[in-house]
Amino acid sequence: MSRRTLPLRAIAHARAGDKGNTSNISLWVNDPAHFAAVRDQVTADAVKHHFGAQVHGTVARHVVPRLHGLNFVMTAALDGGVNGSLNLDGHGKSWSFILLDMHVQIDA
Amino acid sequence: MRIGCGAGFSADRLDPAVDLARDGKLDALVFECVGERTLAFGHRDRCANPDAGYNTLLATRLMAVWPLTVRNGCRIVTNMGAANPIAAGHAAVSVARDRGLRGQSVAVVLGDDVTDRINEDTSLPLSNCSVGDIGRDLIGANAYIGADAILPALEADASLVIGGRLADPSMFLALLRHRFGWDAADWPRLGAGILAGHLMECGAQITGGYFADPGHKDVPNLAFVGYPIAEVGADGAITITKLPDAGGMVTEATVKEQLLYEVHDPARYLTPDVTADFSNVRIADRGGDRVALYGATGTRQPDTLKVTVAFDGGLLAEAEVSYAGRGAADRARLAAEITETRLRRVHGVTEELRSDLIGLRSLHAHADYGDSAPDTDIRLRVASRFESRERAEAVLWEVESLLCSGPAGGGGFRGRITPSIVTHDAFLPRGDVPTRIEVLNT
Repeated sequence: MSRRTLPLRAIAHARAGDKGNTSNISLWVNDPAHFAAVRDQVTADAVKHHFGAQVHGTVARHVVPRLHGLNFVMTAALDGGVNGSLNLDGHGKSWSFILLDMHVQIDA
Repeated sequence: MRIGCGAGFSADRLDPAVDLARDGKLDALVFECVGERTLAFGHRDRCANPDAGYNTLLATRLMAVWPLTVRNGCRIVTNMGAANPIAAGHAAVSVARDRGLRGQSVAVVLGDDVTDRINEDTSLPLSNCSVGDIGRDLIGANAYIGADAILPALEADASLVIGGRLADPSMFLALLRHRFGWDAADWPRLGAGILAGHLMECGAQITGGYFADPGHKDVPNLAFVGYPIAEVGADGAITITKLPDAGGMVTEATVKEQLLYEVHDPARYLTPDVTADFSNVRIADRGGDRVALYGATGTRQPDTLKVTVAFDGGLLAEAEVSYAGRGAADRARLAAEITETRLRRVHGVTEELRSDLIGLRSLHAHADYGDSAPDTDIRLRVASRFESRERAEAVLWEVESLLCSGPAGGGGFRGRITPSIVTHDAFLPRGDVPTRIEVLNT
C-alpha cells in the first residue's frame, strides 16, 4: 500500500482557545479511518517541534478516542496571553491553522 | 427543558437573540457576556461612575428581548451585571418601566466581588507570587460563582436574573437544577448540565460560527448564523439545535470543536459546581441540525473558587501604515527600522517593541508557509506597552511622521492607544465567598 503526505487541513479540522498564556487546540479527523495515523504522528513532541519558538512552554496531549479527537495544551504559547501579548492575535485564535499546516503520512 | 443562548460574549449580536426570544419556544434564555477583560474594564468604569460597570449593551438587549420573553413565559439569566450587578438590576427596572413590563421581578445575584478580601499577601499560586509582588495597581477581583448562588434567584420566580462573575456554564446548570431538582452532589447529572452549558456558552460557536473554512468546511448563510438551543432532559441527555430558518448549522463537527473549546484535560473540567468529565461523551448527529450528546459525568467540585484578580496593565500603543506595489515589503521593513531607531534614540523608549509586516507572517511569525506570500500589499504595525501615555503617543507620532519622512508610498496611517489590564488567578475557600440575592420589582 502506498503512502501519501498531506497537510492536516486536508483530513481534519481544529479549533483554538486560550486561558491566560496557555493555548489549547482540539484536532478532529474527518474520517475515523485516519485517526490511528494522526494519533501516531501528531504527538505532543511533534506539535512542540512544529510550533517552534512560538511555544515557550510544554505541549501536553489528551486523546479522546471515542470521538477521534486529540487535544493539545500548550503553555507559554501566547506571548503572555491576550492581556500581555503584542501579537495582533493575542488570543491565538488563528493557532489552529498553524497546527492544520502540519503534514502527516496516510495510506493512499 | 429548552434553553437558548442569546449572547456568547460581551459584544455579541442582537438580532439572533431576538429571533430566539420570539420563536424559540424557550423556557430560558441565557446571555453570557463576561470575560476577564470586560470585568476589569467594568471595575474601571465603576470607579469613574458608581452607576456604571455593567455591560453597556444591557439596556439595548433587554429593550429588544424582554417583552418577548415575558410574553412567551421564558426567563432570562445573564451575567451582564459584570462589575456592578446591582446597578444593572436598577437599569433593568428602568427598561421594564419604559417597556410597560409591570409586575416582573429582577433578582440580582451578589457576592462574587471579593476585591475587599484581596491584600498584598494574597497568594497567586499559578504565578508563584503574591499580589504585592505584581507591583501594579489592583483594579478588582471576582470569584467565579456557580449554580448554588443562582438557584435562590430562580426560586424567587424572577423573570430576569442578573449577576456578575456567574460562571458561564453554571447559568445553564442552575436552570436545569431548578427545573429537575438535581441534587447539589449528583455529580454525573451536574457534569451533564455543565456539558450543556459549556456547549452553549459561546453562542454561535456551536452553530457554525468560528468554523467556516471555504472549500473545506462550508457553512450556509453564515451572515445570519443562528444562536443555539439546548434541549436537556431530566436524565441529562442533551440535544443541540437552532431555529430552522436561522443561518449556520449544527453538526457533529461543529459540536466537537466546541466540546473541547478552552478545555484542557477533558476528564477534569473544573467549575464551581462539579469537576466535569467529558472524556466519554458520545455524539449522535440526527440530521436536520439536531445533534445529541450523552455520556458526560463528573466528580466532586474543587474545594476552592477561582478568583480573577485584575491589575492596571498600562497602555497598549499600536500604529499602522501601509505600503503597496512592488517592493512594498522592503519599504515597510525600512519604515520599521526607522521607527524603532527613532523611538529608542529620540524618545528614550526602552520597552519591548514589536513590528509586524501584516500580509507577511504577522500573526504566525515562526511558521513556514514557503515563499508564496505576496509582498505587494504590506501594512506595517508597530506595537508596545507603556506605563506612560507620553511614550505611547510617541509610537503613534513616529509612525505617522513616516508619511513625509519615511520610505516612498506610505499611506493609510491609523493609530490607537488602548488601556490594558493584567490578570492573575487567586483561589478562595468556598465558605469565604457568601452570596445572596436582592429582588427588585418593576
